[in-house]
Amino acid sequence: MSTETSVTASKWRLVEAGRIVYINKGKFTGKLAVIVEIIDQKRVLIDGPSTGVARQAFSLTNLVLTPLTIAKFPRGAKSSVIAKKYASAEIENKWAATSWAKKIAQRNVRASLSDFDRFKVSVLKKERKLAAKKL
Amino acid sequence: MVARLTEYEVIGRRLPTENVPEPKMYRMTIFAPNTVVAKSRYWYFLQKLHKVKKASGEIVSVKIVKENNATSVKNFGIWIRYDSRSGTHNMYKEYRDVTRTHAVESLYSDLAARHRARFRSIHILKVVELEKTEDVKRQYVKQFLSKNLAFPLPHRVQKSKNVFSYKPVSTFY
Repeated sequence: MSTETSVTASKWRLVEAGRIVYINKGKFTGKLAVIVEIIDQKRVLIDGPSTGVARQAFSLTNLVLTPLTIAKFPRGAKSSVIAKKYASAEIENKWAATSWAKKIAQRNVRASLSDFDRFKVSVLKKERKLAAKKL
Repeated sequence: MVARLTEYEVIGRRLPTENVPEPKMYRMTIFAPNTVVAKSRYWYFLQKLHKVKKASGEIVSVKIVKENNATSVKNFGIWIRYDSRSGTHNMYKEYRDVTRTHAVESLYSDLAARHRARFRSIHILKVVELEKTEDVKRQYVKQFLSKNLAFPLPHRVQKSKNVFSYKPVSTFY
């Protein structure tokens, strides 16, 4: 038995310039933005020209870090540069492909259903159950 | 974020007399929650510097100093003088923020926390934006200036709106 142990650090999501964040509070709730610059350990400057989020200082307690980042992001970049980088990194597609975004989309669809829509869902569910039993 | 304080430029002078029809004007930059407090602080400071008081002088103008660029992060150096319970101290502190008023606000709450100092016992002498990174002296600001700065937010409790939880809260983030 070897006495050597290997310690690997956890793969944390880092607060860094170019990190995509999900806004959890305020006017822009539910939108994505980019960390432009770090103000201090609790606040960052965010901007989302492509998602309609105004450039502003934001508390990290009200942001959730996503696994997405824009590589080689210049710290303190202008909005126009951010919009270009955001498009070229295909953040929108990558975000839509995550299970997190899918869950949010599903939740929104469920919330927007009318009473009749919910009835249709229950009928379809019953049909599915029946089909599964027949197999 | 709505600023609690506003930066005012207050100009005042002695009341004109026959001998001195156009007295010298004194201008001061003051951080205050409103114009009433700004004018009051103006007289407080002016009395210390010159032989003028509210009864023997007049305010010529009170203007709000606007800040244009609230979308870039800046480092501010602030020189202050504050009265503690046992004496008067001069201090130099640095803050990293988006606007001057926000930097001054965090100075007030910082001094309230560290030294139990109240608004009335703090005199702001000078607020300067430090444009060069070499000019930053304090380590607590310097640490945010390093290249490729990145840090994790290791443990946090994700707040849920539900009253009951079906599993223990995971603090892994």
